[in-house]
Amino acid sequence: MIYQDSKTLLAVRGLRVTVNDIEILKGIDLTVKSGEVHAIMGPNGSGKSTFAKALAGHPAYVVTGGEVMFEGKNLFELAPEARARAGVFLGFQYPIEIPGVANSQFLRLAYNTVQAQRGKDELDPLEFDDFVREKMKLLEMNPDFLDRSVNEGFSGGEKKRNEILQMALLEPKLAILDETDSGLDIDALRTVANGVNQLATCDNAIVLVTHYQRMLNYIVPDYVHVMEGGRIIKTGGKELAVELETRGYDWVGVEYKINARPAA
Amino acid sequence: MPPGIVGKGLPTYFSWQHAYMSAVTSNSYLESLLQGQPHLPAAPLAWFNELRADAVDRVGALTVPTTRDEEWRFTDISPLTKLSFHPARNAPQLDAATIDGFVLPEAGARLTFIDGVYAPQFSFNNAGVVVENLAVGVTRHGAQIEPHLGRHAEFRGDVFAALNTAFLHDGALIIVPRDASVTAPVHLLFIATQQEAASYPRCLVVAESGSAVTVVEDFVALQPDAAYFTNAVSEIVLADNAHLNHVRVQRDNGAAFHIANCAVSLARASRYRSVSVALGARISRYHLNVLQAAESAECTIDGLALIADRQLADTHTCIDHAQPHGTSRQLHKCIVGGAAHAVFNGKIMVRPGAQLTDSSQSSRNLLLTGKARVDTKPQLEIFADDVKCAHGATVGQLEAEEVFYLKSRGLTEAAARNLLTYAFGAEIIARIPVASLKHCLEQTVLAQTNR
Repeated sequence: MIYQDSKTLLAVRGLRVTVNDIEILKGIDLTVKSGEVHAIMGPNGSGKSTFAKALAGHPAYVVTGGEVMFEGKNLFELAPEARARAGVFLGFQYPIEIPGVANSQFLRLAYNTVQAQRGKDELDPLEFDDFVREKMKLLEMNPDFLDRSVNEGFSGGEKKRNEILQMALLEPKLAILDETDSGLDIDALRTVANGVNQLATCDNAIVLVTHYQRMLNYIVPDYVHVMEGGRIIKTGGKELAVELETRGYDWVGVEYKINARPAA
Repeated sequence: MPPGIVGKGLPTYFSWQHAYMSAVTSNSYLESLLQGQPHLPAAPLAWFNELRADAVDRVGALTVPTTRDEEWRFTDISPLTKLSFHPARNAPQLDAATIDGFVLPEAGARLTFIDGVYAPQFSFNNAGVVVENLAVGVTRHGAQIEPHLGRHAEFRGDVFAALNTAFLHDGALIIVPRDASVTAPVHLLFIATQQEAASYPRCLVVAESGSAVTVVEDFVALQPDAAYFTNAVSEIVLADNAHLNHVRVQRDNGAAFHIANCAVSLARASRYRSVSVALGARISRYHLNVLQAAESAECTIDGLALIADRQLADTHTCIDHAQPHGTSRQLHKCIVGGAAHAVFNGKIMVRPGAQLTDSSQSSRNLLLTGKARVDTKPQLEIFADDVKCAHGATVGQLEAEEVFYLKSRGLTEAAARNLLTYAFGAEIIARIPVASLKHCLEQTVLAQTNR
């Protein structure tokens, strides 16, 4: 939701990123204020996921230009773990399986690390168990998932719920959810979206990276950005997503080229 | 030679010097090891004394292996021969509190050996079956022991097994009678306390038909820096349908030398499950030999070596499918840090006629540093045509994607790596069927990966 006088959380200016020496992002500009929900849409290969991973600090994504300020601080001066502690959260498109580490152990370690950073009390295993079970209800998750290894053998939908569970525990200021809707059936999508909506406040912001419009029926964006060729080529309101769903992406690219020509 | 008691009453004393002089000991180092204990009480059983004398002869005929021996190619034990070791004549007096940290609350019986010497004050037996010191048990249970002791762990070609056999005296004897099921684990605790002590732990487990038991061999140290030498031999015999869980934990100190041979013989439809964990020792070598001597035998053999600094941990296993319908499963993992070196040689033998053998072996290795090294070698020798034998080996580093995932949740690089390393090892630890030991080792692995 757009609030009057809300502060800027994220300011991206001219961001350029390469992967394996190939430039993927070619100058991204984006401003996200607290309380807002942004959707970044675009066809495969447009750079959406690269943008998400670069913000989280994935080592394979090399920033070659531009800057990103998060709450007025240079995000790229922070290691990935410091970004997480500062309140940046990436919901992974493909959550990693970690055999041998109990989900409860992982969740508690992450929670306590971030709590300690914020000067808040850490929870012992028993306290944490009560706490996390409450959060799981939000996502209609079976508590059995606490005892299993992190994401190991989880279905696609279960992995995504586990991502949002982590978001619920870590209470980020900026949550970037990368293709959270992929692999979810409609019931799971509704549950996950409902969970995300309950976590949205006037103090945090959500960036949804998605190929399809269907999640945006449940998490209503304030802004919809269309990416192509490593740039944001169009920005609109929630109605833009509906238009993209019916008309596809091609027309946006054509329109962008027509508009860009006189300037070139 | 049939079992028989020679000379009732006072035991005669067996002269080491004599036996050893009769052998032409080519290797002065082996001589010095043998000289360590000039007099060992003779057992009142002729075959027992002959076994020892035979072993002394073999020590005389054999030499300490070098890296020129194929079986020792990657394991240079020359540092061992640069130090001198002597058997402890007397075990030091220890407070009960000293061993508190090693106690397994679930154990139904415990035999404790301090520097190789049986310590009755730290031993008990509520298992309802024979769990006693071999030196005593050999007279009482001679008929059950003679067919097995020294018959499975081949010492004629192995100098360390021969040395151990030459020192046959105190040891663990477990006999589980027909159809007896011992639910509480039997704990064999070997405590090293002294610099330069050589100990020769010996263990014989006879599981009669239809019986079931869990045996934990646990090697620990009291002094963190004392260099000592443990040379262990275990023989485990399963009769038809017997089930045995064998847990072996080698947590010697970082200065120790640990060499062990374990020979397992499986009769028809018996099942042997083992988890061995090697954490300690400067140089360790564990040689496990499992013979499926009859049809439909089953074994599961899992191992973990977690080493760092300049440690060397060598695991040699051989699963010998000698009869049809045998099953074997093996997962061996090594986590190697510092400039440490792990060796795994996993031999799977399928003899002619051992049809319908079903065997799988997996060797997975994690190198934590650029200087860490692992040599892993699956060795399949298959002489039957209708068999299923799968094997695989991987050597790698931690997955960057996994590390990033954890860091994106606020964990530091070090915490992320430690957790992943721990998880890699925990898969093996989780298979230990004794909860307190499992928990204790999980903590040890966690602490070690947090170094």
